Amino acid sequence: MSTTTPNSSPSLSHPPKPGGNWQRKLSGFIQPLVLLLPSGVWLLLLLVFPTLLILELSLVPGYRLGQVAGDYGLGNYLDILQSTYLQVIGRSIFFALGTTVLCLLLGFPVAYWIAVMAPKQWRNLLLVGFVLPLWTSSLLRAYAWITILRNSGLLNLLLRSIGLPGQSWLNDTPAVFIGMTYGFLPYMVLILYASLEKLDKRLLEAAADLGANPFQSFWKVTVPQTLPGIAAGGLLVFITSVGDFVVPELLGGASSMTMSRLIYNQFLGATRNWGFGSALSMVMILAVSIAIAFLLRYGDRDSNLT
Amino acid sequence: MSSSKSRFSWQMIFTIAMYGFMYIPILILAVYSFNASRYSSRWEGFSLQWYVSLLNDFRILSSLRDSLTVAISAVAVSAVLGTMMAVGLAKYRFRGKGLYRGISYLPLIIPDIAIAVATLVFLVTLSSILSFVQLSIWTIIASHIVFCLAYIAVVVSTRLAGLNPDLEEAALDLGATPTQAFLKVLLPELMPAILSGCLLAFVLSMDDLLISSFTAGSGANTLPMEIFSRVRTGVKPDINALSVVLILASGMLAFTSEYLRYRSDRQRSNG
Repeated sequence: MSTTTPNSSPSLSHPPKPGGNWQRKLSGFIQPLVLLLPSGVWLLLLLVFPTLLILELSLVPGYRLGQVAGDYGLGNYLDILQSTYLQVIGRSIFFALGTTVLCLLLGFPVAYWIAVMAPKQWRNLLLVGFVLPLWTSSLLRAYAWITILRNSGLLNLLLRSIGLPGQSWLNDTPAVFIGMTYGFLPYMVLILYASLEKLDKRLLEAAADLGANPFQSFWKVTVPQTLPGIAAGGLLVFITSVGDFVVPELLGGASSMTMSRLIYNQFLGATRNWGFGSALSMVMILAVSIAIAFLLRYGDRDSNLT
Repeated sequence: MSSSKSRFSWQMIFTIAMYGFMYIPILILAVYSFNASRYSSRWEGFSLQWYVSLLNDFRILSSLRDSLTVAISAVAVSAVLGTMMAVGLAKYRFRGKGLYRGISYLPLIIPDIAIAVATLVFLVTLSSILSFVQLSIWTIIASHIVFCLAYIAVVVSTRLAGLNPDLEEAALDLGATPTQAFLKVLLPELMPAILSGCLLAFVLSMDDLLISSFTAGSGANTLPMEIFSRVRTGVKPDINALSVVLILASGMLAFTSEYLRYRSDRQRSNG
């Protein structure tokens, strides 16, 4: 360390710049502006403003493209309250909740085995191997299930070859659950793994020493410790599946109309009712926001405890 | 006595079954891409005809070109904007910072369909005011930048949080200008995170169906749009062949990403 440089005096964290105070103030103002303004403008212009625009459009009953906006009212939202559309919303939530539960049930043992029971040097590789399918197109992963589940598909071919009658799997609720669980299971495993990795195994041993059976120590030790991970993984899967379009569209058939498919139809499909579609989008944004608010409250309570 | 310590626990067998669940559909796609039959699920001989027809398929190739144009342009712009945003948010305190950060998370949270609808409505409104704004490949790029920059910013922010802030201070103390300190000290440290953020954004952009469909107009056609319009009417063996090609390509991307992470982890533990 050379002490000959004039700037190395310990009392000054920055060398004084020529030009004086006002210039430093100006550059202190310009720097954050240069860094943050471009993204800020982009997000405002292409995300915030458009969202406000569909909020406005949702208040114009029956607005269609080319029509002059006017006559505000709650008509679009009242339309959603019709039983057909409430059914669609209910079905979307049913699909999302079912997928969340399935992913949790299937994902927990996998994450537990990789994070706790597998040999330590293999854990990273095993995890990467499990989430690798996320790198491929979600469209093609749903398409893969068409090959398997269609009437003349592989599953029925196998069933018939062992003498069982073939079933119509595609275009129904089971196909949607299979497709969504297949699509979102890696997210769940990824998040549960992060949570289970930090599990304090001494507590499990202590519970066993004190006479708890594996079932008891699972519910009383493992689950409470991984609750934030369970909540985060559940929320992520719920949000992703409640807004999913590809799986219900490709695997669900006409009987599985969901919110995202209904919205799609209002803009690119046959119906073309932009006002109604905007109102449905706002409801979906609201549903997701409520789910997140739940998690934040839940997460806060959890962090207060620890 | 404890069953959990034995080599073959039920958790292990279950996990193996779940690996099967994740990979068997992909394998089936791959196997059928070599099947000579067009409609049947039965094996009717090995054939490369679907790969040949894929290579001669003008629509697939041109949609692949559109997708790559969109993904590469959007990621290039987002890499710069997203990194600047992450650095700005990490370095400065200002009024409305919480709001800014909250808005930057929105593209990760709001379902694609809602973003797609909002962007379409906005672009149509804009084009009725400014006649040069037309739905085209440029509007797809513009709307992909929104979520690409959000994802890149999140990845870079995570890396920034684990970084030693004294390094940049030291550079400033030694007489570097803020720009020099940024380019010579901070940027090299952030590079692995920027690259893996870019890979993530690239994959998401290549995978996007909804936002592209809503902002494309009639001018552009991305690969997911083309695949979607074909597979919604049933099984197409040339799409199987395309899947195999894309799966191999994304496998290579995944490998690159893991390698980058591995290297940056090693760097961090050495440094």
